[in-house]
Amino acid sequence: MNLVDWLFVVFSILTLGGGVLMIFSRHPVTAAMYMIVSMLGVAALFVLLDAFFLAVLQVLVYAGAVMVLFLFIIMLLDVGPQGGKAARLTWLPGLAGVLATFLLGLLLLSFIPDATAGSGSWPALPESTYVNGQNLTFSTAVSAFGYGLFTKYMLPLQVAGFMLLAAMVGVIILSKKHNLQS
Amino acid sequence: MELITPQHFLILASLLFAIGFLGVLIRRNVLLMLMSLELMLNGVNIALVAFSRSGTNLDGSIFVFFIMTVAAAEVAVGLALLVALFKKRDSVFSEDMRLLRN
Repeated sequence: MNLVDWLFVVFSILTLGGGVLMIFSRHPVTAAMYMIVSMLGVAALFVLLDAFFLAVLQVLVYAGAVMVLFLFIIMLLDVGPQGGKAARLTWLPGLAGVLATFLLGLLLLSFIPDATAGSGSWPALPESTYVNGQNLTFSTAVSAFGYGLFTKYMLPLQVAGFMLLAAMVGVIILSKKHNLQS
Repeated sequence: MELITPQHFLILASLLFAIGFLGVLIRRNVLLMLMSLELMLNGVNIALVAFSRSGTNLDGSIFVFFIMTVAAAEVAVGLALLVALFKKRDSVFSEDMRLLRN
């Protein structure tokens, strides 16, 4: 195993361990901190997959914006460690959850063919960011993203922008006080 | 990378998705359920980038871009709904939200 393989092992343990600790932690702030660990592991895995731009976005959007939003809401609602009846894990839903997750994992893993180690499984990156027609080749350059977004994915980009506007207006309306009491 | 194949990334992605799914099922705090939802989306993102890299096709990476956008909007709206619910019910636990139950 060379260095990159070891890094994959380390970061996958970080990602999965952060996730497991997150869903089993009692305090919401602790869960948010473990989630940051998990998100940073995912960002490192993106780097291993040569998707540098997505790794930066992952850190900025998830570990930055989304987690700050979560922590803000935790602070606003003042939810402490779950005590009393809410912390107790009733055994029937817990068992059902574990069983359903096990079956889902089995189902997902059955779709994955055997890991065949070969040199052809990671094709070399193309030298240039040359784009012909509708065929976008994978590239580490950010300009390739820009080209793809503004040619082939022009309509989805505008729909996403409109969706962000709709979400913003919706959040403002939801958090207005007099609207809730009418 | 010699030993690590795209299949390893897919296994990791499915495990991460399953962990998020378990979190959505067993947690009763709606805040934690939303966080687990983010974990599931991240599992999907890893699978998409692995496919994109091994197929040398940028489309998967651009899908990840859009998934991040949708996830950010979803978190914003979901948390606003949670705050509105908290004002009405004074609780963030899913068992207290049973208007339709009886």
